[in-house]
Amino acid sequence: MATKTVTFEIKRQASPDAPAAWERFELEWRPGMNVTTAMMDIAANPVTADGQPTTPVTYDSNCLEEICGSCAMRINGKARMACSALVDNLEQPIRVEPLSKFPLVRDLQVDRSVLFENLKAVKAWIPIDGTYDLGSGPRVYPQQQEVNYPFSNCISCTCCMEVCPQFNEDTGFVGAATIAQVKLFNNHPTGKVLKEERLRALAGDGGIQECGFAQNCVEVCPKRIPLTNAISDVSRDVLLQKAKDFFAK
Amino acid sequence: MAAPRIIVVGGGLAGLAAVIKIAEAGGSVDLFSIVPVKRSHSVCAQGGINAAKNLKGEGDTTWKHFDDTVYGGDFLANQTPVKAMCEAAPAIIDLLDRMGVPFNRTPEGLLDFRRFGGTLYNRTAFAGATTGQQLLYALDEQVRRYESEGKVKKYEGWEFLSAVIDSKGVARGITALDLRTMELRSFAADAIILATGGIGAIFGKSTNSVVCTGSAQSAVFQQGVYYANGELVQVHPTTIPGEDKLRLMSESARGEGGRVWVPRTPGDKRPVKQIPESERFYFLEEWYPKYGNLVPRDIATRAIHKVVYENHMGIDGQPMVYLDLTHIDRATLDRKLGGILDIYEKFVGVDPHEEPMKIFPGMHYTMGGLWVDFNQMTNIPGVFAAGEAEYQYHGANRLGANSLLSCIYGGFISGPNALTYAKSLPAAEGDGGHTAELTRQSEINDRLLKNEGKENPFKLWRELGDTMTKHATVIRYNKGLKQADEKIVELLDRYNNVSLADRSQWANTSFAFARQLKNMLEISRVVVQGAILRDESRGAHYKPDFPERNDEKFLKTGKASFTGLADGPRFEYEEVDTQFITPRPRRYDAAS
Repeated sequence: MATKTVTFEIKRQASPDAPAAWERFELEWRPGMNVTTAMMDIAANPVTADGQPTTPVTYDSNCLEEICGSCAMRINGKARMACSALVDNLEQPIRVEPLSKFPLVRDLQVDRSVLFENLKAVKAWIPIDGTYDLGSGPRVYPQQQEVNYPFSNCISCTCCMEVCPQFNEDTGFVGAATIAQVKLFNNHPTGKVLKEERLRALAGDGGIQECGFAQNCVEVCPKRIPLTNAISDVSRDVLLQKAKDFFAK
Repeated sequence: MAAPRIIVVGGGLAGLAAVIKIAEAGGSVDLFSIVPVKRSHSVCAQGGINAAKNLKGEGDTTWKHFDDTVYGGDFLANQTPVKAMCEAAPAIIDLLDRMGVPFNRTPEGLLDFRRFGGTLYNRTAFAGATTGQQLLYALDEQVRRYESEGKVKKYEGWEFLSAVIDSKGVARGITALDLRTMELRSFAADAIILATGGIGAIFGKSTNSVVCTGSAQSAVFQQGVYYANGELVQVHPTTIPGEDKLRLMSESARGEGGRVWVPRTPGDKRPVKQIPESERFYFLEEWYPKYGNLVPRDIATRAIHKVVYENHMGIDGQPMVYLDLTHIDRATLDRKLGGILDIYEKFVGVDPHEEPMKIFPGMHYTMGGLWVDFNQMTNIPGVFAAGEAEYQYHGANRLGANSLLSCIYGGFISGPNALTYAKSLPAAEGDGGHTAELTRQSEINDRLLKNEGKENPFKLWRELGDTMTKHATVIRYNKGLKQADEKIVELLDRYNNVSLADRSQWANTSFAFARQLKNMLEISRVVVQGAILRDESRGAHYKPDFPERNDEKFLKTGKASFTGLADGPRFEYEEVDTQFITPRPRRYDAAS
């Protein structure tokens, strides 16, 4: 019996300045196979379907269980995590290419550090006094925890930014992930002491008003975070803050 | 004198905890990590973190936590640091709570706690079933705050290659590789803290993340740091077998009432839900009535092995047993275990609310690690270690939900101690050994890039994983372990013929991997040879030929040192600190 194979087409680019080209691979199918397994198989035998030797594919991955957020890429045109992209659920040839909205490093690897810079800009942290023993934290009722917890599941994969029509160099839009973190920290009993600063950080160019409500973000989010709810809530808060700041002048 | 400069390598819980303490005390930190720290392996921890807060009226105490931990580890852990960790745990939970970790709550708004393995108390605080993720993010956020204040500089996308050690044998910094530009550089520091996690990758497939190769630990081991109790690795009883990795199915599933079983009739053809209760073999509950499904991991793992390989009762003759949550209502499952149920459904395609999960044990945790003293410093002055990379909190078997605790606690201890050490460090003579170490590393890199041969590093790695999994996991025989050692020697030899399919100097992942592989091979020998020498059964280390614990000979910490000789590492043994709890037989099947 012939071995069942899987066909991949992978967009290769040796460096940011190098030309891009597609390479085709025929790989042995195995049960439960995902896109990251395919990358590992190519590394162990870096030969294209035409029998041409090539290099192992450069890509980001770490946990392989969709919790570290590393392996976001475009698979058959859709931004998603490669580890949870099971081959059996994908149409072949499986076309894999890097996220398009971030600076390319090599092959499928891109530089997504902009998200971490955005998190700094909105002070996405709880300003605790210190790490010494200051007793227990504020009481949080389960109803509140259940609202906050989903936002804390954001894995910083940047899929929501990739699919957002407004996330581009012209607008400088921060994107849904950052806005959702603003909602999370503003909701926390201690975190909200920085609420006004966070809202002001989202008030200017590239801030929340850049959102065009395309709603692609909430559809693509692998963690099903209610991103559009966060955007609505934070939008309202930003407007209120703007009004407050205007009248305080 | 200038403010001390500390380098922390690794941005998981232990590394971040150390960074926070150093920054808070006014030190400057350079933080190195292969991946953006928010993507570190701590993110994979699921079930929770232990602390005897006694919020359930059970009379739990930090002493009982201490006793459970030491007993669970089969008395191999030094008791002084374990006791201090358990005493510190309640305040650590409070701190995490203050940092905003969205822990599950009781109706009154207090922290909720659940059961975990190896204890009879509800001692585990949790945030759904993504507790590691939530804890990592909380520390990541605090570090980002310090970073924005200029107290921390991150080097993400850099891989640690070696310590820089001066002519007096004192650490003066590190060498590291920029994984994008492939630039090799050395960085000066007055102390370094390695918080580089476990060594799962030497087993090929494990629950660990891709970066958990043990490469950094192996590098400093080869520079003279002792590696302690390397043979002690934990095989988690409940993982989802996969082609690329074994995905963890948290012990919290059993903490919330999940039951492990197989059909009483091997090969039972009925659909699983039609098998009546009386025809299901709940072997953990039958064999361990007191702890039931919540026996420690080594016990549960061996029981599953026995059912599958001795009783031939695996599901459909396959190496799998059921982990069943279907008797618990959907809302409770989603609230307390949502994260892991999503993982199962996504990767297996079956809804675990409706169908029992099929699971099997998989390599999970490294109890052994870099030898450290009670201040978290290794035998090389200025080289500290914390978290899973070191050896000292879990003995011969780690209890569930103690790893997040030991990571944070170890980080909190190592950070201030590194700072104190650095403040009294005399200035280096000359360049502190930086030029010599850079030259050494640069020669290794050049040789690897130019090497001609026919070996593919990824293939060698698969062979290593197969042999380690076969001979050095759940059940160990000296004969098999010796075969494994011979295989590693063969792989080390073939490593000399590694030829890279990619010789470029830009984001060359095979080059970085080939460097890790050499270190994986060296540390694998420590694991295998340590296992050969430990002729007893203790915790996760089980030899059918030596089924009993032998305190007289082996209630000892094994310390391996690198020799560079063909025979491999040299081993010596030191006494274990048992000053608080006298070792007693470890019997989870006993009724009382």
